[in-house]
Amino acid sequence: MTRWWVVILTGATAFGLKYLGHLVPARWLANERLRRINEYVPVALLSALVVAEGLVDKTRVVIDHRAIGLGVAAVALLARAPFFVVVILAALASAIAVHLG
Amino acid sequence: MPLHRPTLRVASSVAVTVGTYGVAFGAAGVAAGFSVWQTCLLSLIAFTGASQFAAVSVIGAGGSALSAVAAASLLGVRNALYGVQMAPRLGVSGWRRVLAAQLTIDESTGVALGQEGEGRHAVVQGFWLTGGGVYLFWNLATLAGASGAHLLGDPARWGLDAAVPAAFLALVWRRFADRRLIGVALAAMGFCALISPVVPAGLNIVATTLVAVVAGWVER
Repeated sequence: MTRWWVVILTGATAFGLKYLGHLVPARWLANERLRRINEYVPVALLSALVVAEGLVDKTRVVIDHRAIGLGVAAVALLARAPFFVVVILAALASAIAVHLG
Repeated sequence: MPLHRPTLRVASSVAVTVGTYGVAFGAAGVAAGFSVWQTCLLSLIAFTGASQFAAVSVIGAGGSALSAVAAASLLGVRNALYGVQMAPRLGVSGWRRVLAAQLTIDESTGVALGQEGEGRHAVVQGFWLTGGGVYLFWNLATLAGASGAHLLGDPARWGLDAAVPAAFLALVWRRFADRRLIGVALAAMGFCALISPVVPAGLNIVATTLVAVVAGWVER
């Protein structure tokens, strides 16, 4: 049941936010601070998700097979690999670490 | 109006590459305990990748529904800002506005604004072609990933549990052309690692919004 709520509420708020944007006059958002915060929020959240998904197990910070995958992903990104390649390489490295470990 | 060829090329390449990434979302949704049907509904209704990944990630990590929806919604706020940018350029109302709103995401807005130099028609076409194309491929790919996930067994065996954070890293990496954003990202990562042991699962993600608010507020 929890998951149904997540599906319904995530869907509703996602669409609601998009639609709201189309109704708001552009001049309401001229404020420089608001504009900056809006630019930073997705960056902060995505960064938090990298850590929460890649380096945290329940509530502990751990370095395991996922960290190896993340490291490989970072190297691939530095080498300007395309999105899909980055994800596949990370998965591959992590899977190998699981099998060896 | 005639179809603007260069715009079509950009739109279709973005639609296919980003869309197919929905396979990873489909698999992640099922791995987090969502049914195939629930996972597909998320892609059909929410249709905003990072938010969808965040929602299933929080639930998969044992977080509450509230944390999951909050994380997803905070990530979705930027779509509202994109809507503010796109509305005057598209000039639509009624059901077309509903459709335009649903297709308002990173990619459609990015391609549309990237066509500014090509004229108004190219902007409008860039938006609809990219939005529509990503919608099609994203949903087909979600279905493929979600229905194929049971064939995989334990997600860790295939590195799927590392693929999701790697995807987030790739998503945030795109914004690193701006050095200030690298600073925000590093601060957010540090903050998240620091608070993870002391806050409930899922809240460690949402709470990181604080870093963005503080950074955006104090910067001059």
